[in-house]
Amino acid sequence: MDNNDIIRPENKVYCRPALLTDNTMHYCPGCSHGVVHKLIAEIVEELGLQERTIGIAPVGCAVFAYNYVDIDWIEAAHGRAPAIATAVKRLQPDRMVFTYQGDGDLAAIGTCESIHAANRGENIVIVFINNGIYGMTGGQMAPTTLEGMVTSTTPYGRRIDLNGYPLKIGPIFAMLEGTCYVTRQSVHTPANVRKTKAALKKAFQNSMAGLGTSVVEVVSTCSSGWKMTPAESNKWMEENMFAHYPLGDLKNTTDQ
Amino acid sequence: MKEEIIIAGFGGQGVLSMGKILAYAALMNELEVTWMPAYGPEQRGGTANVTVIISDSPVSSPVLDSYDVAVVLNQQSLDKFEHKVKPGGILIYDSYGVHHRPTRSDITVHEIKAMDASLEMGNSKIYNMIVLGALLGLRDIVPMDAVLRGLKKTLPERHHHLMPLNEEAIRRGQALAAK
Amino acid sequence: MKEEIKLMKGNEAIAHAAIRYGADGYFGYPITPQSEILETLEELMPWDTTGMVVLQAESEVAAINMVYGGAACGRAVFTSSSSPGVSLKQEGISYIAAGELPALIINVMRGGPGLGTIQPSQADYFQAVKGGGHGDYKLITLAPSSVQEMADFVGLGFDLAFKYRTPAIILADGIVGQMMEKVVLPEQRPRRTPEQIAEQCPWAVTGKPHHRGRNIMTTLELEPSAMEVINNRLQAKYRIIEENEVRFQAYDTDDADYLIVAFGSIARICHKAVEDARAAGIKLGLLRPITLWPFPVDEVKRLAAKVKGILVVEINAGQMIEDVRLACHDSVPVHHFGRLGGIVPNPQEVLDAFIDRFPESAS
Repeated sequence: MDNNDIIRPENKVYCRPALLTDNTMHYCPGCSHGVVHKLIAEIVEELGLQERTIGIAPVGCAVFAYNYVDIDWIEAAHGRAPAIATAVKRLQPDRMVFTYQGDGDLAAIGTCESIHAANRGENIVIVFINNGIYGMTGGQMAPTTLEGMVTSTTPYGRRIDLNGYPLKIGPIFAMLEGTCYVTRQSVHTPANVRKTKAALKKAFQNSMAGLGTSVVEVVSTCSSGWKMTPAESNKWMEENMFAHYPLGDLKNTTDQ
Repeated sequence: MKEEIIIAGFGGQGVLSMGKILAYAALMNELEVTWMPAYGPEQRGGTANVTVIISDSPVSSPVLDSYDVAVVLNQQSLDKFEHKVKPGGILIYDSYGVHHRPTRSDITVHEIKAMDASLEMGNSKIYNMIVLGALLGLRDIVPMDAVLRGLKKTLPERHHHLMPLNEEAIRRGQALAAK
Repeated sequence: MKEEIKLMKGNEAIAHAAIRYGADGYFGYPITPQSEILETLEELMPWDTTGMVVLQAESEVAAINMVYGGAACGRAVFTSSSSPGVSLKQEGISYIAAGELPALIINVMRGGPGLGTIQPSQADYFQAVKGGGHGDYKLITLAPSSVQEMADFVGLGFDLAFKYRTPAIILADGIVGQMMEKVVLPEQRPRRTPEQIAEQCPWAVTGKPHHRGRNIMTTLELEPSAMEVINNRLQAKYRIIEENEVRFQAYDTDDADYLIVAFGSIARICHKAVEDARAAGIKLGLLRPITLWPFPVDEVKRLAAKVKGILVVEINAGQMIEDVRLACHDSVPVHHFGRLGGIVPNPQEVLDAFIDRFPESAS
């Protein structure tokens, strides 16, 4: 049988989303960012929102997110993506506006902007990648770093007495009246990828329906920062990260 | 013509709004005007003052070191502004709460018992209108009809029913000045 | 139509003028002495009339980033604050300049440093005209001296910002913000439609239609050679602005033996000092730079060649004097008079200071 006999539309089971660009991703092997990017590209395409979606990229590993998904983007100052998204959405209410932020961007330097945007119930989606470490700057402690976790700024492990507690910002979002949907997912197994995609899709739909702020936290790995193989990272995440950041919906007012 | 006026007293005495009515009256009379308040926490209980300059030509400095007219409503303001009245100018003060009276002889000093009058009228809120009336009675700065139109402009719509009361207070002040 | 003359504070005039200009959005955080801008906008409810967005942000930092976001969408957006708040905005202003975005910033200056005082000051001159945040950039800096100019410079600031795709700042102070004067407001203009914005601002982040490539607003460029190209482009633009947008006003400079240089509301006080000096037989003139950047270098140079001395009057410890001295290369004596801490000098103090610095002028 010739290859051309196999490559037919009716045989197609998987393809790259049309909205992922040809740019080679700069992410490390095993990184969760690429999977989440792909899901966003798929959802924007499936919802037919390419002409209307505007992404706000963070400072952090995903600083170049704008290179990978074929939509209009604004690259924010560190932590300020929700403030930018607020203005973009209010000035163009028919647009789909989302921020894409890591734990430092969202839960350290940008805590003020993220909490207030969510508290105002801005009709935006906040995609939050929580890998418990600062990947881009070389593996320093994040607000979400677990107790005892070794990073370049906690070389003997995070100490609660020195550094405080790993920040669970998801429940804080869930507490705010402006949020309609807060969920915590992961992308380390095919099943989890499908759940995350469903969560992101729901969040985007909430936003376009004007239901308030949706927050999708993706508990993620950072093989480079954690200094583990991708497989070890997934295992470590399941055993340690999920214990502190359990998966599932933290708030869902949209199905009632 | 040019009138350089300072109005000073306690915050809450209506010093700024008195200046505002004068400014609006000047505007309605097609004159040039600046209204420059000493702003900030002084508005809330401390001393308050406003400089109003009314002129038939454009006003340069909104900040002055001497005045044609000073209206002072407490001791601190009297102490601060008595010596800043230009020779030949006028000083209007309410003796209520003033223990050291003005001493200058090269200016015209008018004592106005506006506080007593407002108590007699049974409404302390119109105190500043009595003072304004006295000022207008002593100095022909802007005509009365312009003042009334200025007053209407500064009063929020919901307070327009208070126009007659305010007008009465202004006329009471004018009468005080005529004494 | 008869001109509509109103009496209002400079801060209120800014709010009215912005709505009438057809501004798309305002984002700000309250701080004395400029809170009337936000208060007036909220009172006027322009979202019901022109559709303008008004939002009280959670901080000055958030507000300037909202402006960055709105400007990236090609919208006419602005923010206002006073000195400590403008310090907080500097990071965002640097991004706006780097992104070559049109935006308007208003600083109604109060005395610093630190939390300082709420009284008027001009101590943010350096911050405004020399950049303020990180990196090599400039802000078109307009210094209003009257309530009318507070209103007029909103439109001028937006027009220049869009013409050159660069942020503009109105550098006002507590005097002109709090003072009431007569003002003629511009006529109401409609806001631009999304189609007009897409046509006038093809770079705007509006959602990617099929007929164009992606619009990406980023200020990140890790490749030094590419970053140098960006910087050179900015600098070339700044040279064009310096050539074309200098604005100033001169009073009694034609026959002047001495010159005062002052900006903003202080120039009004100095104008009175000049009138008083002339009455006393001293031929004093006044130059009021309206654009602090671009600075009226040539006019200062031209006048310096004619006069015997220059007094620079500012309510700061001596900031614009550096630009005056650079412009005239100290070809004549240049002295400074300033009050600090929020104290505003009166015309007599200015005249006394002038005679003190140039005693020979009175002979």
